[in-house]
Amino acid sequence: MRALMGALLCVFRKEFLENLRDRRTLLSALLFGPLFGPILFGLMISRMLNQSAVDTDEPLRLSIAGRAHAPGLVSYLESQGAQLKFVDLSADGARLAIQSGVEQVVLVIPGDYSSRFAAAVPAPLQLVADSSDSQTHKIADRTRMLITAYGSGIAQLRLQVRGVSPLLTMPVAINEVDVATPTGRAVMVIGFMTYFVLFAVLMGGLYLAIDGTAGERERGSLEALLSLPVARGNLVGGKILATCAYMCISLTLCLLVFVCVFRFVPLERLGMSANLRPGTALAFFAICLPFVPLGAALMTFVASFTRSYREAQTYLAAVLLVPTMPIAFASIYSLKTKSVLMFIPSLSQHLLMTSLLKDELIAPLDVLVSAGSSVLLALLLIVLTARHWRRETMLG
Amino acid sequence: MIEAVGLHKTFGAVPAVVDVSFVARDGEITGLLGANGAGKSTCLRMLYGVLTPDGGSARIDGIDIRGETSTARAHLGVLPHATGLYGNLSARENIEYFAALQSMGRRAARSRTDQLAVALDFREFIDRRVKGFSQGQRIKVALARALVHDPGNLILDEPTNGLDVMAIRSLRAMLTDLKAQGRCILLSSHVMQEVAALCDRVVIIGQGRVLADGTPSAIREAYGGESLEESFLRVQGDAGCVR
Repeated sequence: MRALMGALLCVFRKEFLENLRDRRTLLSALLFGPLFGPILFGLMISRMLNQSAVDTDEPLRLSIAGRAHAPGLVSYLESQGAQLKFVDLSADGARLAIQSGVEQVVLVIPGDYSSRFAAAVPAPLQLVADSSDSQTHKIADRTRMLITAYGSGIAQLRLQVRGVSPLLTMPVAINEVDVATPTGRAVMVIGFMTYFVLFAVLMGGLYLAIDGTAGERERGSLEALLSLPVARGNLVGGKILATCAYMCISLTLCLLVFVCVFRFVPLERLGMSANLRPGTALAFFAICLPFVPLGAALMTFVASFTRSYREAQTYLAAVLLVPTMPIAFASIYSLKTKSVLMFIPSLSQHLLMTSLLKDELIAPLDVLVSAGSSVLLALLLIVLTARHWRRETMLG
Repeated sequence: MIEAVGLHKTFGAVPAVVDVSFVARDGEITGLLGANGAGKSTCLRMLYGVLTPDGGSARIDGIDIRGETSTARAHLGVLPHATGLYGNLSARENIEYFAALQSMGRRAARSRTDQLAVALDFREFIDRRVKGFSQGQRIKVALARALVHDPGNLILDEPTNGLDVMAIRSLRAMLTDLKAQGRCILLSSHVMQEVAALCDRVVIIGQGRVLADGTPSAIREAYGGESLEESFLRVQGDAGCVR
């Protein structure tokens, strides 16, 4: 038994050391996965929050040309809190000003506005904006809504003056009830986050999984290794263990960066009480830990069947996407945490982490089932990998 | 002692080794000679147990490599076709890794590595990473790695491939020393002069069969060639291997 463990640990030590010395792959594995993901996530969230803030908090800034023709409209807009800037531009001039970036949105009031308004025929207004710009698009939308409201107010007054009930123009009334909670909206965002965590876990071991299998074969060191009096299971076990070690390092880094990123992202504004506190991060680590051997075994298993480094990279790129599938499935069908789903690795980790972020209670049994199913599947894959290594086709 | 008894191996529908039997004795260098694709590597791979023969058996010091794989392998050192060293490890780490996998203790592995570094003359680059080594330097380290557990038998697959004249000469000297220590050495080659200069016994293989087996001079006499090369061509010609 000691000899068995000895060989396994010996393989582990060598693989760990060798990967540690490969600075370039190490850098890419430990930078790309654990750092890139959380930072991208932070930027994405900040941007989303800023954009939704434009809708409500900021006053509408609007440029108006020809204010003298429509004093009523102008005072209505001002009463609604719009910050108006009065410019002297024709319709063509406004277009040029927007194209050159001097103005964002210009409302042009033509000279015949007042006469047509007085005659109760539709008075023309021109709203000049660039709809491909998401910022000015919002300003134009808000302006349009204000003008429509102003118009319907005027219409009701006109009908009342003529003795007609304005209610006649509203044959139906629609009441929208939006039950989306801010937390519900945030679930999609969290989905991204948990995927980044699982992605970082896999990335940490990706290169080692390739190097220890397809890499050994390509360099020609596999044959010498296989001719040693060492059980193949020990070789596979040591390699997978080393892969696990790097995956744990990557997971730790990723969670550390997430804790930092969450300090700068005001998630309360999305209605999430959640801030990733160090304690929560620790719980995340515990939840993801059973996923580590599963990922390592899966990558080693797949890489064992490939003939070259390049081929292994191609297949493992697909493996990196595997944990997204249950998560994507979960967001499409908006799955809620159910005990039966705890049998599905990656989905169970996703659901548990989501629950933690939302400050929900977690059933200990769910954690147990999640960990147990992942570890069992990992063991199965390790056995299958060892069996493949015992075949002579392993030499390629 | 390394014995091949009626070895047989087919890949798909292609017979690679049809019926190969020979004995490589202790204190001798045996050369497995054959053209490219004659089945030399397949033969050796069955002897060191990474390929399973479809028929026949391979024995190391009388131990069947398929039956008691670990015990048989402990008696055997292998230098495969590619030296297959780990570039990011130093020469010492490469050797000590294999020593550890051969269940040697740390201290024993260290002193044995030092001893081999003196014998094979690579002390000056023992702690450098293998990445930048020349082919000659690599072969020394790979040979030391195969010898680290002091095996009585040594199998080398085309060891002189890619070596310059100086490196070949020093390899020859090393192998002669190992022979003098009473080890059994089996090497494959397609280079006639090398085998003639080095081997006590030659086994000529063609199309997966043993075509001739004996000392170089016996083969020369039997086939009446001036040199071993000429005899080799005649042996191959008789067997219909040369078209």
